[in-house]
Amino acid sequence: MNVSLFGLFSVFVILLFIAGTYSILVTFNLIRALIGIEILIKAVTLLIILAGYLTGNLGLAQAIAITLIVIEVVFMVVAGGIVLSIFRHHGTIDTRNLRDLKG
Amino acid sequence: MFSLLVLVPFLILVAVNLSKKVAPNVACSLTALATLAQAGFVVSLPGTLLKTNNVIFTWLPDFKLAIDEFSIVVLAAIGIVAFVACCVARSTINDPGQRATFMNLLLVALIGMNTTVMLRDIFSIYLFVETIAIISFVLISIDRGRLALEGAFKYLMLSAFATILMLSSIALMLLFSPTLELSGLAEAMSVYPNPILIKLSIGLFLCGLFIKSGLFPFHWWLPDAYSAAHSAASVLLAGIITKVVGVYVLMRLSLSIFGESLHIQAMVMAVGALSIITGAVLAMTQKNFKRMLAYSSISQVGYIILATGVGTPFAFAAAAFHFFNHATFKSLLFVNAASVEKRLGTMDMREMGGLSNRMPATGITSLVGFLSTAGLPPFSGFWSKFMIVLALWAAGKYFYAAFALLASILTLGYMLILQRNVFFGKLKDGLGGVKEVGPGLVIPQLVLAAIIVLVGVCFPFVLNKFIFPVQSIFLK
Amino acid sequence: MMIDLILLSVLLIMVIWTVMAIRLVRSAVGLALTSVVLSILMFRLNASLAAVFELSVCAGLISVIFITTISFTRRMSKSDFKTRRRQRLSKFWPLPLIIIAAAILLFWRHFPSEVIFIRVPAENVRDVLWNTRHIDLFGQVLVLLAGAFGVVALFKENKK
Repeated sequence: MNVSLFGLFSVFVILLFIAGTYSILVTFNLIRALIGIEILIKAVTLLIILAGYLTGNLGLAQAIAITLIVIEVVFMVVAGGIVLSIFRHHGTIDTRNLRDLKG
Repeated sequence: MFSLLVLVPFLILVAVNLSKKVAPNVACSLTALATLAQAGFVVSLPGTLLKTNNVIFTWLPDFKLAIDEFSIVVLAAIGIVAFVACCVARSTINDPGQRATFMNLLLVALIGMNTTVMLRDIFSIYLFVETIAIISFVLISIDRGRLALEGAFKYLMLSAFATILMLSSIALMLLFSPTLELSGLAEAMSVYPNPILIKLSIGLFLCGLFIKSGLFPFHWWLPDAYSAAHSAASVLLAGIITKVVGVYVLMRLSLSIFGESLHIQAMVMAVGALSIITGAVLAMTQKNFKRMLAYSSISQVGYIILATGVGTPFAFAAAAFHFFNHATFKSLLFVNAASVEKRLGTMDMREMGGLSNRMPATGITSLVGFLSTAGLPPFSGFWSKFMIVLALWAAGKYFYAAFALLASILTLGYMLILQRNVFFGKLKDGLGGVKEVGPGLVIPQLVLAAIIVLVGVCFPFVLNKFIFPVQSIFLK
Repeated sequence: MMIDLILLSVLLIMVIWTVMAIRLVRSAVGLALTSVVLSILMFRLNASLAAVFELSVCAGLISVIFITTISFTRRMSKSDFKTRRRQRLSKFWPLPLIIIAAAILLFWRHFPSEVIFIRVPAENVRDVLWNTRHIDLFGQVLVLLAGAFGVVALFKENKK
């Protein structure tokens, strides 16, 4: 197989993107949607570290990845809080029951 | 001196939270004072201070923040809208604990926005944009109503998706640029041989920003979020937060990164034009006061984006001017909505009518906001729209110029529907007992209306002191 | 290269398992395992500090957040479980196929074959984080503040 390191990794990153986006689009469950977002963030983290490795700019790439992880945690805490509040109101986390808002 | 813009809100935040005795009202007053001081400070800046150097202050060796003429305009808008949001929060949020939380969130958002405006590093910009986004989720869901929570979750999902797009773009930028500072990035882009990678990275970032600013293909989260949020939160969100997070960052990037790329300019202009028309048409069909304002907001942001896409200094100055005007008249209309909601308890326009008789201050100020949004002279909105059309024409975009002109007739149309349904005409039955709202809401309305009228009447002064200097950024 | 390929494949399988697992708790565990594999990959790319963060924060803290959230929401009953399994199979069977098809397509076209990298002199991550990106540290403080106030706003009981 004649593939560069960048080619190999980027193909897998794209596959992760496909998996995450698919799961967000198909699911009706709020927590599963958040898990889909998590998968996408994982793919992006891998891409950032890969870019740093290939260009030798690992210091900057790692700094970015670490900041990103901090944001990710805070984001998930707030998102979890909103999901729990929705659950307290509706008794469900199924988006099919949440169609009160018209887009 | 400029570091005070970040330090003062931070100190207020610490002071308010450290001592248990500080009442939420004190926090409110302190924040209101700080934001007023901010607006006054940036407006009173002498022009010569800026001409000398671009990067003005550093705290620590590399804590670089920079300020220029465009930042001044945005900082003034932030100060004004944050002040108004303070006043609205004080008189519409009844629970003291909730009000304290709102003030804390407002202060963090204020620090975030002020810093964003002064940043020159694409990853730091992303970081602060994300911070403000997290605050907006909480702001939308602050009173934990059912609709508010759903609107917040919708915004959260889309915003997360925008985050992913922006981060992938930053990862791609790392491949061809040793630094993420905007100037270094632009330099790296100009020497890098593969244009596809550059366009891909810029395009991804732009898509993220389109989502964050609620532009055409991704606009549907915005009405839900604005209309479900608490009044004070929706003033803050619609007036300034989404503008700084999406529109300001887009304008900043167009200034320093993709200013010369014709394809991307064409894309930005097309998105702007489509947003203008979609927002205006959808606004006409709305029955809910706040939803209509939200769609109108999409349409007005479209004008800013359309002018940004032209890429000439004059068009950029026009966009900056419309940015400021939009912040003032949209927050004015949202404060009007807050007053009506406080008295009537509903936002359904079918239950309103003839409110001008009962609420004269609200009625008259909303008329000012309406005329400014619709672009009628002598209000501020007229001049900025006029400048946008002029800039489009001067740049040879005749189609877009005609389009912008025609779309402002649509604006007039939906604003007329709004006024007729809510404020004009005969008083609806059962609304006889409605009284004017208290000074807590009347004062911000009057302040905003005064700003709109003053900017419109003293137009030559404003133009020369604030708007034309924005063009000089292009010479640096 | 071979080890990378194997690790990436394991990562992908973990992700597919995470997406397709029927019980939410298993999804959360799958996410944690994904993080673990990702952090091994990051070690192999010489990003050891970020890998430690990924391992401790993402595999640890975020799974805790998810499992807490899931445990607060309602558990599925047995009959629910069976209908849900059928529904999920009907919704998710295309995913592995799409992924395999995309993989074949991308490898066959030698997807990004010639990309030029601008190499830069290496810098230590601690120097970057502590010496040249103060503003990011300030931003992190602000994000944490936002999260703290967010939790207060979302979980504090209203005094009615």
